Amino acid sequence: MFPFVLEKTRSIEDAIAAAASGARYIAGGTTLVDLMREEVEMPDRLIDINGLPLDAIRIEGDDVVIGALARMADVAANPDVQRLQPLIAESLIEGASPQLRNMASMGGNLLQRVRCPYFRMLDAPCNKRSPGSGCSAIDGLNAAHAILGTSDHCVATHPSDVAVALVALDATMRVRGPEGERSFPVEELFRLPGDTPHLEHTLLPGELITEIRVPGGPYSRRARYLKVRDRASYEFALVSAAAALLIEDGVIREVRLAAGGVGTRPWRLRDCEAQLVGKRPERQAFAEAAALAPQGARPLHHNRFKVVLLPRTIVRALEMAGEVA
Amino acid sequence: MTENPSHLPPSGPFLSRREALQATAAAAALATWPSASEAETSAAPAGAGTSAAAVPAVTLTMTVNGRAHTLTIDPRQSILDVLRETLNLTGTKKGCNQGACGACTVLVDGRRIVSCLTLAAMHDGSRIETIEGLEKDGALRPLQEAFVEHEGLQCGFCTPGQIMSGLGCIAEGHAGSPEEIRFWMSGNICRCGAYPGIVAAVADAAGRM
Ligand SMILES: Cc1cc2nc3c(=O)[nH]c(=O)nc-3n(C[C@H](O)[C@H](O)[C@H](O)COP(=O)(O)OP(=O)(O)OC[C@H]3O[C@@H](n4cnc5c(N)ncnc54)[C@H](O)[C@@H]3O)c2cc1C
Ligand code: SF4
Ligand code: FES
Ligand code: FES
Repeated sequence: MFPFVLEKTRSIEDAIAAAASGARYIAGGTTLVDLMREEVEMPDRLIDINGLPLDAIRIEGDDVVIGALARMADVAANPDVQRLQPLIAESLIEGASPQLRNMASMGGNLLQRVRCPYFRMLDAPCNKRSPGSGCSAIDGLNAAHAILGTSDHCVATHPSDVAVALVALDATMRVRGPEGERSFPVEELFRLPGDTPHLEHTLLPGELITEIRVPGGPYSRRARYLKVRDRASYEFALVSAAAALLIEDGVIREVRLAAGGVGTRPWRLRDCEAQLVGKRPERQAFAEAAALAPQGARPLHHNRFKVVLLPRTIVRALEMAGEVA
Repeated sequence: MTENPSHLPPSGPFLSRREALQATAAAAALATWPSASEAETSAAPAGAGTSAAAVPAVTLTMTVNGRAHTLTIDPRQSILDVLRETLNLTGTKKGCNQGACGACTVLVDGRRIVSCLTLAAMHDGSRIETIEGLEKDGALRPLQEAFVEHEGLQCGFCTPGQIMSGLGCIAEGHAGSPEEIRFWMSGNICRCGAYPGIVAAVADAAGRM
């Protein structure tokens, strides 16, 4: 590996100052070390943030508040998270492996980079890695790539599972940077590739994710995450769906829906949601709403199947959410 | 050598080229990596294909299988590298070196992790357990016995990682049924497909422990 300097800190201010002057945060390292070893990312200064007091999980009113350094495994196993936000727990357990979840942090998970194989092949054109070089996936092996939110410059999916759940549930995040603190919806963290595919998120230089807040709603407990992939576990999603339902008097009162594996960012499905409110929770209604999900899809040569698989996955996720007692 | 479920697509001409590249990179890394004593005296070990800029060495303590070590290491070393190359504990295997196969699984402060993606310099004061630390006074642990009884291996390359991960799986309470064991052991890939024996061994040991 190339040379770099590793610094540690126990102070949020010092961490932010270091990052503002060019250092990269490192948490679990499960994305960063991997990409550094392949020389896809080559930061010369790392700031180890694991000494910061940002790993707590707490309940505030109806909200579950998760520190950015909480480990995926700890969040998934937390009894409050399981009880109040089962969708968060389930989407975490469906991601990566137990060993990785023991190391990987919530903040790092949201900022993990794409799994497009060309992104990691230093000799393949890739606009995300080297802006202006071209995109090898558009005419290449693109079965796993996105059908929604793509541009002529990049078609990679956002790989995070829990991000899909967080976007469905209207979670917000708090960040701190040289200019102070701000909060915004997790959905706004992710950029579409457009003609700047190398810019993936909306954090300002030096900004540190400190916590993620998941508001509780009456729909939260009837919520499921369904991940369709090439094998039963330890694989990224081909298509995934996060669904939360509130059913009253036999009618859907509230619904939250988002999809993974299909978009260049976690894909909230507001049109499908609107279509479902007031309907009976039946397959017919689910199917009619889910049919709206691939609106605007631009399938590639090898990933046309996602246009069909996406609505089916949504229907099944809604059925599963409806079955939750 | 590379079992890499996380990179899609799973097969195809360019992944095999990639595998070849990785094999070369791994060989180069092994050839140029400094031994512990070299690292102590020269703070500028050569990284494959990079400038010879100085990398300040890091001194830390680590308890490995109950023995405390004070080590001066290169910050680029993973826990896996430190175990295999600095401490000569080669039981922990380097498979993919990318977090994808589980061959390098060890317990750090009681939790199973992949040691290949973990910078050792970030683990000052940690307690690490590896396959070498399991045997007590010449006796195998129940899970090790169970791997032998149920033939939970063929070539044996993935076995140390499977056993360390199995200990984690049992300790976490995720060994209740074969389905549960399969799901919670999915971070460990076995090229030979010895999974039925592995699942049986974990189930058996979970019952005994
Ligand atoms: C084999 C494999 C399979 C995987 N499968 C899945 C899967 O199925 N689903 C899934 O969702 N994920 C999967 N992952 C990805 C894994 O979940 C991420 O690597 C992990 O969550 C990243 O967290 P980390 O703490 O290790 O991040 P790091 O590697 O430490 O950091 C990642 C990035 O985030 C930045 N960063 C970290 N923390 C902060 C912070 N608090 N504020 C600002 N910036 C920060 C870092 O600077 C870096 O750019 C897989 C990974 C591997 C290796
Ligand atoms: S899809 Fe995006 S990440 Fe993949 S090669 Fe094209 S530009 Fe690079
Ligand atoms: S060597 Fe494959 S996961 Fe670490
Ligand atoms: S890889 Fe050979 S026994 Fe598992």
